Amino acid sequence: MALKLPIYMDYHATTPCDPRVFEAMRPYFTETFGNAASRNHQFGWEAEEAVENARKQVAELIGASSKEIVFTSGATESDNLALKGVADMYYERGDHIITAVTEHKAILDTCKKLEKRGFKVTYLPVGCDGLITPDDVRNAITDKTILVSIMMANNEIGVIQPIAEIGKVCKERGVLFHTDATQAIGKIPFNANALNVDLASFSAHKIYGPKGVGGLYVRRKNPRVMLVPMIDGGGHERGMRSGTLNVTGIVGLGKACEIAKEEMPSENERVFQLREKLRTGIMDEIPDVYVNGHPTQRLPGNLNVSFAYVEGESLLMGINDIAVSSGSACTSASLEPSYVLKALGVGEELAHSSIRFGLGRFNTEEEVDYTIGRVNEAVNRLRELSPLWEMVQEGVDLSKVQWAGE
Amino acid sequence: MAYSDKVVDHYNNPRNVGSLDKKDPNVGTGLVGAPECGDVMKLQIRINPETQVIEDAKFKTFGCGSAIASSSLATEWLKGRSVNEALAIKNTAIVKELNLPPVKIHCSVLAEDAIKAAVRDYQHKQPAVEEKAEEAAVNG
Repeated sequence: MALKLPIYMDYHATTPCDPRVFEAMRPYFTETFGNAASRNHQFGWEAEEAVENARKQVAELIGASSKEIVFTSGATESDNLALKGVADMYYERGDHIITAVTEHKAILDTCKKLEKRGFKVTYLPVGCDGLITPDDVRNAITDKTILVSIMMANNEIGVIQPIAEIGKVCKERGVLFHTDATQAIGKIPFNANALNVDLASFSAHKIYGPKGVGGLYVRRKNPRVMLVPMIDGGGHERGMRSGTLNVTGIVGLGKACEIAKEEMPSENERVFQLREKLRTGIMDEIPDVYVNGHPTQRLPGNLNVSFAYVEGESLLMGINDIAVSSGSACTSASLEPSYVLKALGVGEELAHSSIRFGLGRFNTEEEVDYTIGRVNEAVNRLRELSPLWEMVQEGVDLSKVQWAGE
Repeated sequence: MAYSDKVVDHYNNPRNVGSLDKKDPNVGTGLVGAPECGDVMKLQIRINPETQVIEDAKFKTFGCGSAIASSSLATEWLKGRSVNEALAIKNTAIVKELNLPPVKIHCSVLAEDAIKAAVRDYQHKQPAVEEKAEEAAVNG
């Protein structure tokens, strides 16, 4: 089969809808279009049945009961609901929240908003591997702490936090534990009870479902977690999230979870092999390439590497038939390089030189081979163009140079 | 972000990539920017001591496509100009020629800085000339 260009290798940003998911959703656009809240006719009953079936599919993937799943518009809303909902419900018990500096903006910006409202937030630093330790959490908990929120897998560097151990610490101290599992649920095994998680955010479009739908796991037993809703209205989703249910999207989310549960072991092995092929194909050929984040405790499809002496955006231009993303400042509106890489202690120079490859379900070995060739060619060409590379070849220590622009 | 055709052209076919002997008294070298900022430009010019005209210009750039294009364009414009004409090149002309969006204007500023730094380096290498000129002025 001929290679089709451009190649998509940015599966952490979003994923294509699996054709099986799309087929499952199709009838709910035009035929079975009822409002799941319509209790008095066939159209409503069918929609409700479809939603409840999806709820079961999601629950089965994450080791929960159906009643613990709240459907939302996506993981950002779920993160907001978890943090603000807990803060508003438990503020009399305490005003302290613990999170980490490498969290997604949906968590960090929500925490900043809560700080403005008087809550105190501890942002735990990470080690150079991108991980925090259960002891970091234990030491940060005070008698005012009401919630710990630590993501399961990082969206940039793919590192997987020790969620089960952190959950255990939280349980011992009687503190609620939320995890932003957007990059994890559907990609790696997740069991809410085994992980001691009380709340977990997830999204359909990261796991081959449609955009605009996601959910929040809310524990009902030991302890029963209560939330103040952010959206008021008809009292849908047991009062936690009002608004007519996105039946079609929810059906897609459910189907995506069902497929993930079934195919995760074989898919992970295949994606991991592709990732390793890509990693060795690049690193065996090119010197001065560094993996960002823990080398093994990471998502099977994630490869985040820095190509020293080559700026990330110029490298993206050089491999413009491959869709990947960069931690370079030039690719972001803020003109600041990745805060996640900075938190790891990766120098700004290497942060500017980083590329995130996200491999997934529909990538092929052929695509990986092509990518290796294109990346290596572009890096070599750009290094020939790089004054930094030239200086290093001449034996100059770049850290000792007095840069004019500083 | 979409790049202008001219930026893409300079990125794909950069003009005058390379290095001149920085010890040559007729070569001026400008090294501007910093790796932490994501942009470093090295721009070199070789000046004919008789005519004071720039005979050759070379660059190497670590930076985004717009930074590479700005320095590539600068070397094109420098060749054949006098030192004073080189100093008259403004970043706004580079912005206009390459159609740079506002977030990339700093790339053109860096190119202008690199030109000025290269000329300054060349001038610093000419104390003998200045002294001679001064002597001539004193004696005259």
